[in-house]
Amino acid sequence: MGTPSSTPGGKTNRLGLAIQTYRGSKTTLCAGCGHNAISERIVDAFFEMGVEPAQVAKFSGIGCSSKSPAYFLAGSHGFNAVHGRMPSIATGALLANRRLLGIGVSGDGDTGAIGIGQFVHLMRRNVPLIYIIEDNGCYGLTKGQLSPTADLGSVLKNGVVSDLPPLDTCTLAIELGASFVARSFSGDKKQLLAILKAAISHRGTCLIDVLSPCVTFNDHEGSTRSYAYVKDHDEPVGDVSFVPFFDDITVEYDAGTTAEVRMHDGSRLLLHKLAADYEPTDRAQSLALLRDYATRGEFATGILYIDPAAPSFVDLLGLVDDPLADLPQARTRPGREVLETIMASLR
Amino acid sequence: MIPSDVAPSMAPAAARDALILNDCSIQVATVNGSGSQTANLVLIRSIFQMGVPVSGKNLFPSNIAGLPTWYTIRANARGFIGRKKEIDVLVAMNPETARDDVLALPPGAVTLCDESLGVHDLRDDLVTYVVPFDALVASIAPDARLRRLVRNMVYDGVLSTLLGIERDEMRRALERQLGRKPRALELNLRALDAGAEFAQASLVKRDPYGIRRMDATAGKILIEGNAAAALGCLMAGVTVVAWYPITPSSSLCETLIDYLETYRRDASTGKATYAVVQAEDEIAALGMVIGAGWAGARAMTSTSGPGISLMAEFTGLGYYAEVPAVIFDVQRVGPSTGLPTRTAQGDIASAAGLSHGDARHPLLLPHSVEECYAFAIRAFDLAERLQTPVFVLSDLDLGMNTWMADPFPYPEVPQDRGKVLTRDDLARLDGWGRYKDVDGDGIARRTRPLDGLPPTFTRGSGHNEMGGYSEKPDDYVRNVDRLSRKFETARGLVPAPEVDTVEGAALGIIAFGTSHWGVAESRDQLARERGIATSYLRLRAYPFADAVEAFIAAHARVYVVEQNRDGQLFGLMRAELDPALTARLRSVRHYNGLPLDARTVTDVILSHEEPR
Ligand SMILES: Cc1ncc(C[n+]2csc(CCOP(=O)(O)OP(=O)(O)O)c2C)c(N)n1
Ligand code: SF4
Ligand SMILES: [Mg+2]
Repeated sequence: MGTPSSTPGGKTNRLGLAIQTYRGSKTTLCAGCGHNAISERIVDAFFEMGVEPAQVAKFSGIGCSSKSPAYFLAGSHGFNAVHGRMPSIATGALLANRRLLGIGVSGDGDTGAIGIGQFVHLMRRNVPLIYIIEDNGCYGLTKGQLSPTADLGSVLKNGVVSDLPPLDTCTLAIELGASFVARSFSGDKKQLLAILKAAISHRGTCLIDVLSPCVTFNDHEGSTRSYAYVKDHDEPVGDVSFVPFFDDITVEYDAGTTAEVRMHDGSRLLLHKLAADYEPTDRAQSLALLRDYATRGEFATGILYIDPAAPSFVDLLGLVDDPLADLPQARTRPGREVLETIMASLR
Repeated sequence: MIPSDVAPSMAPAAARDALILNDCSIQVATVNGSGSQTANLVLIRSIFQMGVPVSGKNLFPSNIAGLPTWYTIRANARGFIGRKKEIDVLVAMNPETARDDVLALPPGAVTLCDESLGVHDLRDDLVTYVVPFDALVASIAPDARLRRLVRNMVYDGVLSTLLGIERDEMRRALERQLGRKPRALELNLRALDAGAEFAQASLVKRDPYGIRRMDATAGKILIEGNAAAALGCLMAGVTVVAWYPITPSSSLCETLIDYLETYRRDASTGKATYAVVQAEDEIAALGMVIGAGWAGARAMTSTSGPGISLMAEFTGLGYYAEVPAVIFDVQRVGPSTGLPTRTAQGDIASAAGLSHGDARHPLLLPHSVEECYAFAIRAFDLAERLQTPVFVLSDLDLGMNTWMADPFPYPEVPQDRGKVLTRDDLARLDGWGRYKDVDGDGIARRTRPLDGLPPTFTRGSGHNEMGGYSEKPDDYVRNVDRLSRKFETARGLVPAPEVDTVEGAALGIIAFGTSHWGVAESRDQLARERGIATSYLRLRAYPFADAVEAFIAAHARVYVVEQNRDGQLFGLMRAELDPALTARLRSVRHYNGLPLDARTVTDVILSHEEPR
């Protein structure tokens, strides 16, 4: 079975599951909140990729964004951690069970402020996790304070002006060692979906910063995270087409303008150049591109950097194939002779 | 075989006729980074090899090299190997502290010093042996750089002669230390001989101390508490370790890493059956442990007070989300610079309730290296049985110093993974609530987030019995009341206190952890010097067992001995036990950063019992 097909009971995916299986409980976020659109794309992506929901573990910190794992993939395991500490919880869980497919949702405050330390170190380790920042340039849950990703000069609803330079999570992620770095916009269904599907195929850290307007506290004139502003300044650097491993499709493309990337699971990623100097497998080039767009006040979106072959943290630690959590006593408690040898050495 | 008598050639006749045998404290004052560790370990090992109970404590600064360090050895035939307040033998090697060190000695103490220190005639109530260290070292090590390193072995040699410590045992201990470095070994052996022979030829024994072979250490091992705890983790079958370096706990995880690398590679593939992460800080370390525990691994971290402070929020999450975690706290003195390398028992109050909001955590309180090992194993079982963070509170004195012990027993009890439902269990049950108290012990059943098992969504305080999100007041109250019930269950599962009730004793003493060593000896002092009989309860865990109240009820006055300023255990007891009983409690507090000694306990108790 390939891409989702129609059956009398409605559309099902390659596992024979309907999209409802991938939905979560009803959202309690504000109507129109960008975070809701992201949840919908996550549902679509996991459905279309035919991922077994029980194989997925969802992680989050605290914030409106961090609430959203309850609103997608009801059939998956979830752990809502504390503010800014999602990365460590996810790291521990994914080391304990390397078969879990991890997806973490954080906010720009959760990641950029209180959680910047854990963010940095998760990126360095290339922990196999899809790490989504739902970036609205403010703290939604605590009612609209500035966040560290707010652009210089951006004005909050209450008139407060952001007077410090913003922190760019994508630039940081590329510099720190994340092997899949993307930026998208909650309003760009097609691009976000393609990026998410590619992320599901990747083994390593996928940092996806999704511009996600907060309709309640940061969607007005003067804000650089309003729907209108982001829509105006969203400049895709490349077009993303994703061909999953289970779809046996030949795609014609011009090798001069399109790069093909082979993913860990055999899927193919076709990145069609929109910006002349878009070289997504070249770290320095990606950083330069980001800086260039930022200087012009534009949001560079798309898959900004990718290294499908970088060893993930699980590879680096050389873990056994079975989940550590599953190892029986016989494999984790050394025998008597070991203790005797050690005792003898201490006599 | 080593002869059981001191060969006459090895000690002046007087050493054999020493008045005080196998009971002395030796303090070596050096500069840290000067290579004194080898000499000190040889000293304690050789005494140990002669069958004499002994302990060694490093009193060191928070510094890599160049600041004063003291190493204290206590040998005692009756097994009282806590720190002795009075120094019997001082080896003064540090010019900077020599004067103060000598002035602080009690009358009659012994000093070993180089003439160049200028302290040999500071007092006339001491027995002073002047040793020409520089001259002796120059004769064996022409290279000036090496001289500094072997200087310390000279005092070992002198002590061997003066105290009658068999030189063959010293050689054996030295070979054990430096066996793999033949040149260093040779040089050190020469320094040892030079010191011993100098003493034989030039010193006349004038002090009463001597070490004589006995048979109290046969079959025993020497180990630090941190290494013992690491072994416990290894044998417990730990699978995920996350830590952040901090004295005095670093050596716990470092030793564990060595053990894991050696003994926990998969037999067929050579891959690791464990994961170790040096985290970015203690918050992340505990986060990883909780994430791993949630996913079903046996996970641990080790830290000290500053890390405990940082772990507060996550500990609370672990408590409310009910996730197993094992946290070793090797306690030290308070915040920031100053005394981070000194010992204390100052975290018991904060660890017991670590979190915002209501929380209570089981604490295991080892007093010995045997218990560091055994409680490490037990902590994993308890954490998984109780589905909660469990602390093991040791301290710098126990964790970083060398202690004697019986060899550790192989864990005969299989791992207790707690109430974990499998796929088959779930098929048999109709319905399951993650936070439902089916068995009435407050412990609900959990699943692990594995392929094929029904999903769970884990959160902090807001959930109902079915694990669904809830902010309802009744759900919250029902849940935290169940957590209290669970803590009651813990009361019966944690290690019970060890009680020594003495017929007719009006006084009781309660202590935990390394305070035991001072207390055990203090009881002996009280009995022998004052005829005061005392009963003793050694607390081995929190929550308090019922035996604690029974013990207090059986005595007119009970002294609670601990190593912190505020009487933290005393406070916990007053808060939780029957007020009619806690009125009988008296607090004995020791908090100068040095391990508790018996005399301090005895003096405080006497100040109450025999007021002048
Ligand atoms: C330790 C701690 N400090 C502060 C808070 C309060 N707090 C909750 S959410 C939040 C900010 C969330 O902002 P962001 O991560 O951007 O998420 P958003 O709501 O904007 O999606 C803060 C400060 C907290 N929960 N914990
Ligand atoms: S406050 Fe803002 S971020 Fe939070 S749910 Fe509402 S719109 Fe979304
Ligand atoms: Mg935000």
